[in-house]
Amino acid sequence: MALLSNNSREELDKHRFPLLVMFLVPLLAIFAQAYLPLRFPRFAVLDLPLIVTVYFAVARRNPISGTLLGTAIGLTQDALTHLPLGINGIIKAVVGYLSASIGMRIDVDNPGTRLIMLFVFTLLDSILHLFIVRRLLGLQQDWYWLHELIRAVVNALVGIILFTLLDRLRQRE
Amino acid sequence: MESFYSRYRNVLILVVILLAQVIGLAVQVRRPAAITGSDGRQVRLIRYWVVSLISPFERAFLFTGHGIRGAWNGYIDLRHVRQNNKDLQAEVDRLRLEQSSLAEDALQGQRLQKLLGFKQQYIYQTVAAQVIGTGGTDQSRVLYIDKGSSDGIHADMPVVTPDGVVGKIRDVFPHTAQIVEINDQTSGLGVILQKTRLRGILRGNATGQPEIVNILPDERIQPGEPVITSGGDQVYPRGLPVGIVERVISDPDRPPYMAILVHPAARLARLEEVLVITRIGSTLPSSEETDIITSEQKAADILAERLPGVAPTEPKLGPDGKPLPAANPNLPPPPVQPPLPLHPDRFTPGATPPATDLTPGASYPTQIFPAQTAPQPTTKPIAPAATAGQDASHVAAPVHHAKTLSPAASSAGTIPPATKSPAKQPAKPTAQPTTQEPQP
Repeated sequence: MALLSNNSREELDKHRFPLLVMFLVPLLAIFAQAYLPLRFPRFAVLDLPLIVTVYFAVARRNPISGTLLGTAIGLTQDALTHLPLGINGIIKAVVGYLSASIGMRIDVDNPGTRLIMLFVFTLLDSILHLFIVRRLLGLQQDWYWLHELIRAVVNALVGIILFTLLDRLRQRE
Repeated sequence: MESFYSRYRNVLILVVILLAQVIGLAVQVRRPAAITGSDGRQVRLIRYWVVSLISPFERAFLFTGHGIRGAWNGYIDLRHVRQNNKDLQAEVDRLRLEQSSLAEDALQGQRLQKLLGFKQQYIYQTVAAQVIGTGGTDQSRVLYIDKGSSDGIHADMPVVTPDGVVGKIRDVFPHTAQIVEINDQTSGLGVILQKTRLRGILRGNATGQPEIVNILPDERIQPGEPVITSGGDQVYPRGLPVGIVERVISDPDRPPYMAILVHPAARLARLEEVLVITRIGSTLPSSEETDIITSEQKAADILAERLPGVAPTEPKLGPDGKPLPAANPNLPPPPVQPPLPLHPDRFTPGATPPATDLTPGASYPTQIFPAQTAPQPTTKPIAPAATAGQDASHVAAPVHHAKTLSPAASSAGTIPPATKSPAKQPAKPTAQPTTQEPQP
């Protein structure tokens, strides 16, 4: 994981994406997340909206943009569940903010960095979800470490592949 | 102030957004309607927009997939269809026999329940629906179907498959509805263990497996015991299959209570079509009554085909060779005459001389009693024909009777003395003549 100096931070590429890509890719991720578990039940362990949030936040390197994008994706994801709106909105907003902040300091094009980042953010997603559901909403929710670790590993591995595919869609400034 | 904002702009925006969403969560949870599961108008509107955005894609994918699969299954992959059809027909016959034998018990049960004032609920009407999507997360196990309020779907309607219970309707949109599955952590379903009759509440755990919680330790609960709906939750009709007990574990959060892990009867992970129960009632629906009557008639036909001794009665012919007119139904039926025995003995009616002709101490003619030294198997006379008014359901009762007979005995009309004696069952009619009677 290579840390960048202040000077080199200015030299970092800020990737831009066509507006259509910024709109369609998250929508496609949410659609796939809702549809594919019907055919492949194990697919539910993945969190494609989370991976997309991390990718765009990291690529744009703008915390505000990452926060807003994360909020929008999270709220859309919430709307498909039966839980109150805002659970995933809060989680994805935090993840988007942190991803963009990290992207300003670390070279996130390295596959190793991406792997660790996705693993950590998936675990953070689960912990935040547990906190919100149990503490803020007062609902009952179980927690299994093994399940969450498997989920984090799977998301990290699939995220690496997706990041490589999404890299082809970006435009350099 | 301006420098403070420009310095902490990113963090401030994050805090504002988080705060707004936390307040939104608090408002949603605080609403009394949240307890019952329904959303507020604004939240419902947001959900409606998102569902309207996503569901067309889901429908398109589903339609395409079904088209390809239908073309393959309906036109190309048709191997073993004839054999399957034959097997299914045989199974239908077997099930009809079973149904007719159980129908009387069921009707009797209903009469007793009526006497006790017990309100049984029967499924009157269902709407078949395709599953088009899911909630997309492990924490929210919901499904979306392609039927909505325009198809008569309302909130809290139970959703089932022929295998078992799936869940209940939560949100309803014009052409889509959301189902909360029974393995969701927020679900609650009143269940009863079929053998031990223990009641409990079933909900999902974190891994998506249904479990019955808050059960005190009981050694009688064994894996494999069926779990059915209790009807106490006022949502699901009583008696629907929910699953079977997989194992019993101690509940770490609530000692000394136990949790019973249940394997769901419905394949919750791979649902394609479901039935939404849109109407239930307290009496047996007419369609089921008709089906029972049809089954009874079919069962009689099946029995007539299977039993070898049964042959259709030929109409009685008069001296002129024309069939005799049918007897007047208003007159009482003529006395039943037993058929002539093949091997008459001293018990055969008419074979014994009147008592006035008998001499004390005299022996009987030897030609009538050839088997005095060695016991002969008793001959069972063919039972008298059932009366015309006999209920068709009585046909089913002797099914076991017919099964217990050996093929040779049933075909010859003789019964081994050790298994059946006329003294033990003197007047029990067999099913054979009944099948010859015309059904009203």
